[in-house]
Amino acid sequence: MKYLCLIYDEESKRGTMPKEQMDAMMGEYGAFTEGIRKSGKYVAGEALQPTQTATTIRVRQGKISTTDGPFAETKEQLGGFYLINATDLNEAIQLASRIPSARTGSIEVRPIRVFDGQ
Amino acid sequence: MTGDVASNVRERIDALYRSDSRRVLATLIRLLGGFDAAEEAMHDAFTAALDSWPSEGVPENPRAWLISTGRFKAIDRLRRGARFDAALARAAEHLEAIASPPSDFDDDLEDDRLRLIFTCCHPALSADARIALTLREVCGLETEQIARAFLIPATTLAQRIVRAKGKIRDAHIPYQVPSRAELPGRLDVVLHVLYLVFNEGYSATSGDNVVRHDLSAEAIRLGRLLVELLPEPEAIGLLALMLLHDARRPARTSAEGELILLDEQDRSLWNREQIQQGLALVDQALASRRFGPYTLQAAIAALHAQAATAAATDWRQIVGLYDVLLRLENSPVVELNRAAAIAMHEGPETGLALVDAILARGELADYYLAHSARADLCRRLGRTQEAIAAYQRALALTTQAPERRFIERRLAELGAHLV
Repeated sequence: MKYLCLIYDEESKRGTMPKEQMDAMMGEYGAFTEGIRKSGKYVAGEALQPTQTATTIRVRQGKISTTDGPFAETKEQLGGFYLINATDLNEAIQLASRIPSARTGSIEVRPIRVFDGQ
Repeated sequence: MTGDVASNVRERIDALYRSDSRRVLATLIRLLGGFDAAEEAMHDAFTAALDSWPSEGVPENPRAWLISTGRFKAIDRLRRGARFDAALARAAEHLEAIASPPSDFDDDLEDDRLRLIFTCCHPALSADARIALTLREVCGLETEQIARAFLIPATTLAQRIVRAKGKIRDAHIPYQVPSRAELPGRLDVVLHVLYLVFNEGYSATSGDNVVRHDLSAEAIRLGRLLVELLPEPEAIGLLALMLLHDARRPARTSAEGELILLDEQDRSLWNREQIQQGLALVDQALASRRFGPYTLQAAIAALHAQAATAAATDWRQIVGLYDVLLRLENSPVVELNRAAAIAMHEGPETGLALVDAILARGELADYYLAHSARADLCRRLGRTQEAIAAYQRALALTTQAPERRFIERRLAELGAHLV
């Protein structure tokens, strides 16, 4: 069973973080990624550029409209994700709780939907 | 075959439904891998019992018969659908392969009941959904009954249950008793569900009181089941707490439905048998030395239960228990209760100073019990004007009718002119 772990954190805090703290955080992410890869539970994972680089796109009556910025303004912003393989929600929760940002921000865990006949 | 025998068998099946349908369901959920299939299979099994037992006799192990019949009925259902759908045929084969009844039947059954409790109280479900699902699936209450008790429309409650089952299915919440490492945290969630259900019934002040009182009885029943299946100290402590509080129920309201506070209750109305059970459980939980907040609250309730009058209560020990409770659970409400106990022990002046310090911090500024506690202490100190002002503040903060009538009575006694 696949789960997408969406990592939400306050972007503004990352910008003002001292270098040592930033390095420590990157180190923790490196260790987490390496660990989950070795366990065979890792499917994919990426970090995202900040929301100021986001473009939101809609097509209405055949016309593309683009707006600058993320889909919704939120207190914490989507900053990256892991796609993991877990036996059930309990294991997914355990794995997600070890993502470093779980301690400062929030991780939303969403089961991947499988369509019939797939 | 006489009609008498047939009606005896039907009565037996009714009784079995009441006593065992939840156990049968709990096992079928595991065997069939889902709530909806299990519920259907359970009803099929009881229907089959009504059809065949009057003529063939009641089987030696009725519960095992119901489980295996339910399982066959579920496989049958899949087979019937399988003529049109290859995926269902595979599912039926899979079920036959995995769902053969195990040999250590009864042990597994007990585990299944725990699995059901922990799944219904999974932390990934909303608090409302946990309560609804537990009362529906573990206790077997009807949706309409639960909705009436919580004063919400039955459709809202039904949706809540459907959504929760959908999440269990789609997010793959496993049908498992948590591992030793996870158990303390997960048990807390289960105990909190029980505690909320109990309080909903205990503090019932509006709506259909009889229905709501049933909730307390249901929480106690569930507490007993949990203690039987998983005798952890805090589960024992919570059961004791519920029994001790519930024992006071007959003395808590007057014949006219007026609220009577602890110090004015007729203690001869308290349920002694329930108090004895509660006291024994408190001792058992305390002896484990692994107790927590529920056991401490039960120990406080036990001291009240043992006192002949409010004045004869061991207030010193109650204050000591609140001190320990505060260390485990730093909450202003616990602090307020501690202040009230100190007032009983060292006098209203000391108590009032503590209550005022708590109120000054602001967290309880809108909590009516904080103001009525202040009012009561001022009243006892003869500071009438302050007492009136505090009662009026409390009155403005509560909408519960018996509480309002109680405060209004106090105000009248103090000579305040009600607007």
